[in-house]
Amino acid sequence: MTAFAKYLRWDTVVGVLLVAVFLAGTGTTEGFADTANLSAALNDTAEIALIALPMTLLVVAGQVDLSVASMLGLSSALAGALWEAGWAFEMIVPLCLLVGALGGLLNGWLVTRVGLPSLAVTIGTLTLYRGLASVVLGDKAVADFPEAYSQWATYTETVPGTFIPYPVALFGVLAVITAVVLHCTAFGRSLYAIGAQEDAAWFAGIRVKRIKLVLFVLAGFVASFAGIVYTLRYGSARADNGIGLELVVIASVLLGGIDFDGGRGTLGGAIAGVLLIGLLGNLLTLNDVSNEIQVIVTGLLLVASVLTPRIVATVSERRQRRAATASA
Amino acid sequence: MSAYSRTRRRATLTATAAACALAVTLAGCSGTTKSDAANETKEKAANATADPDAPLKKNLKIAFLPKQINNPYFTILDGSGIDTVKELGSTAKEVGSSDAKASSQVSYINTLVQQRQDAILIAANDPNSVCGSLKQALAQDIKVVTYDSDTAPECRDAFINQASSEEIGRSQIQNIAEQLGHKGEIAVLSATQNATNQNTWIEFMKDELKKPEYKDMKLVKVAYGDDDDQKSFQETQGLLKAYPNLKGIISPTTVGIAAASRYISGSSYKGKVVINGLGTPNQMREYVKDGTVEQFALWDPKKLGRLGAYVAAALASGQITGAEGEKFTAGDLGEYTIGKDGEIILGPPTVFDKNNIDDFDF
Repeated sequence: MTAFAKYLRWDTVVGVLLVAVFLAGTGTTEGFADTANLSAALNDTAEIALIALPMTLLVVAGQVDLSVASMLGLSSALAGALWEAGWAFEMIVPLCLLVGALGGLLNGWLVTRVGLPSLAVTIGTLTLYRGLASVVLGDKAVADFPEAYSQWATYTETVPGTFIPYPVALFGVLAVITAVVLHCTAFGRSLYAIGAQEDAAWFAGIRVKRIKLVLFVLAGFVASFAGIVYTLRYGSARADNGIGLELVVIASVLLGGIDFDGGRGTLGGAIAGVLLIGLLGNLLTLNDVSNEIQVIVTGLLLVASVLTPRIVATVSERRQRRAATASA
Repeated sequence: MSAYSRTRRRATLTATAAACALAVTLAGCSGTTKSDAANETKEKAANATADPDAPLKKNLKIAFLPKQINNPYFTILDGSGIDTVKELGSTAKEVGSSDAKASSQVSYINTLVQQRQDAILIAANDPNSVCGSLKQALAQDIKVVTYDSDTAPECRDAFINQASSEEIGRSQIQNIAEQLGHKGEIAVLSATQNATNQNTWIEFMKDELKKPEYKDMKLVKVAYGDDDDQKSFQETQGLLKAYPNLKGIISPTTVGIAAASRYISGSSYKGKVVINGLGTPNQMREYVKDGTVEQFALWDPKKLGRLGAYVAAALASGQITGAEGEKFTAGDLGEYTIGKDGEIILGPPTVFDKNNIDDFDF
C-alpha cells in the first residue's frame, strides 16, 4: 500500500506522461524525433522553463508571482529602447537585470513589509510593469539586434556536439542549481516549511520575510533575463512581448505537481510539467491538431493535475480509516 | 541560525561585488551597438533562375498561416486559397493559433518546416519575430510568401499586397472627408499596435491629412482593438467618451469596424458619428441596412487567397523566383508582374454601400 502510494505521486505520473508523449511522437510522427525539431520545440519553451524555476520556489513557499510576464515585457521594451538609443548590448543586459531585480524587490517589499497577499500584489504589478513597458517603448517594435547574439538565442546554433540550444542548456544548468538548493539545503527545506505552515516556520526560527523577499527578487531577476532571451530569440523588442506567459508558467508548475497551497512538490515535477506542455504542443501541431483542441488538452491535463492528488489522498485516507476500524 | 545568516550575508556581498565588477568591466569595453549590427545585414541568395514556361507542379504541399485562425476574414481568404490549390492538383491546409501573437506563429513555422511543406503563405503578426524561422524554411528550399502583412524582404520570396498601401491609406481619408464635408475630429480604430499593414496605412492617412483641404479635420487618436471584438467594442466606447466632438471613426480592420458599428448602432451616436474603414460585406450588411454605416471598402479576400495559391504554386514550380519584373498568370485573375522587393499587388479596393452590398457574399 505505502509503496503503491509512493509511486502514485503526481510528479511521477507527469514524468511517465512525458516519456509516453515522447515515445508516441517518435513512433507515430515523422519528423518529431528529428534533432532539429526537438531543438526548436525545446527552445520554444525556453522563457517558460527559465521563469518556472523561481516560480516553483515561490509556489512551494506558498507564494505566487503573476507579474513575471510583464517584467519580461518591460525588460524587452527597455532593451529595445536602449538599443535604439545606441547603447552597447553588453551594457543593456546588466541594466535590464537590475530593473528586474528591483521590480522583484518591490513585489517582495509589498508582500513582506506591507503584508499584502502575493496574488493581489502581483496582479497590481502585472499591470504596472506592462504599463511601464508601454511608456518605455510605446507601440514600436525594435529589431536588428546583433546577429551573434540572436544566433545564440535561436535554435539554429546549439551547444557543440549536441542538439541543445544555448537557452535550453543554460536552463539545464540553472535547473540543477535550483534543484540542489530546493532539495538539498536548509534554505530549500525552509521553503517547504513556510509553504506548509508559515507561522510554525517563523516560530521555528526561519526568517520567513527575508526568504520571501529573496524569492521575489529572484523571480524578477530571472523574468528580466527571460525578457532578453525572448527579445533575441524573436529578434523583436516590444512592450507587448510575452503577454499571458505568466499563466503558462504557473500552469506548467501546477501540472508538475507543485501544490498551489504551498509546501508540496518537486522541481523535477515542475520541469516535467514544462516539457510536457511544450512537447505535447509540438506533437499535436505536427499532427495538424487544431489550436482549440490543443488548448482543451492542456486544460484537461491541468484539471487532472489538480484533481488526481486529491483523489489519491481521499482514497488512501479512506483505506487507512477502514484498516484502523478493522484492527480496532 | 545566526551562523547561517552570516554565511548568507557574505554570499550576498560576494554576489553583489561580482555583479558590480562585471558591470564595470563591461562598461569598459566598447561593446556591440546598433551601428555595429547594421553592417551585418545579409543578402538573400539569388541562386535560382525563373523558367516562365515551367508547368505548374502537382501534389505540392502548401500551408496557410494566417494572423489568427477563426478570424472571419482569414477563414474566407485561406478557404479560397485552399480550394484554388486543390484545383491546381495539390494539397493545402490552414494552421495557426487563435491569438494574434507573433510568438505563436514561430512554433507553427518550425513545425511546417519539419513537415517538409513545399510552400508557406504567412500573414505576419510582427515583421521581425517570424524572420528567423522563415529563414530556416528558405534555407530548406521551402518557398515563403507573405500575404496581407509583410515581413522584412529577406525573409520571404514574395509579398502579395491586397492593394497599394498608399492607395488604401489615402482613400480612407478621402472617403470619410467626403462624408464629413471635410470638417471635424476623427479617430482611427486599428488592430494590434505592431500590425505592419495597419501602421503603413495610418502613416499614409496622416500624410494625406497634411494637405490643405483637410485643414478643418483633425486626427485625435489612434486606438487599438487588437483585432478582438470585445476590446474593439470597448475602445469605440472609450473614444466616443473621451472625444465628445468626434465626428468620424476609421477602422481599417474587419474586426474593428464591425465592433465599432455594433456599438454605434445601439447607442445615441447612431447617425451622428460616421464609421468608415475596411470590412466584409457579410459582417457589415446589417449596419449598412439600418443606416449606421453608409459605406466602407475592402478588396475581395477570395481573390487574394486565390492569387496566394497561384503565387505559391508558381514559386514552387520554378515559374518565378520573386525577382522584380517576372511575369506569371494567375488563372482567371489574369497576368501579374512582380514589383520591387518581390511585391505583387492584387488591385484597387472595392467600395461597398447599400446599392452594391447584396452582390457580394463573403
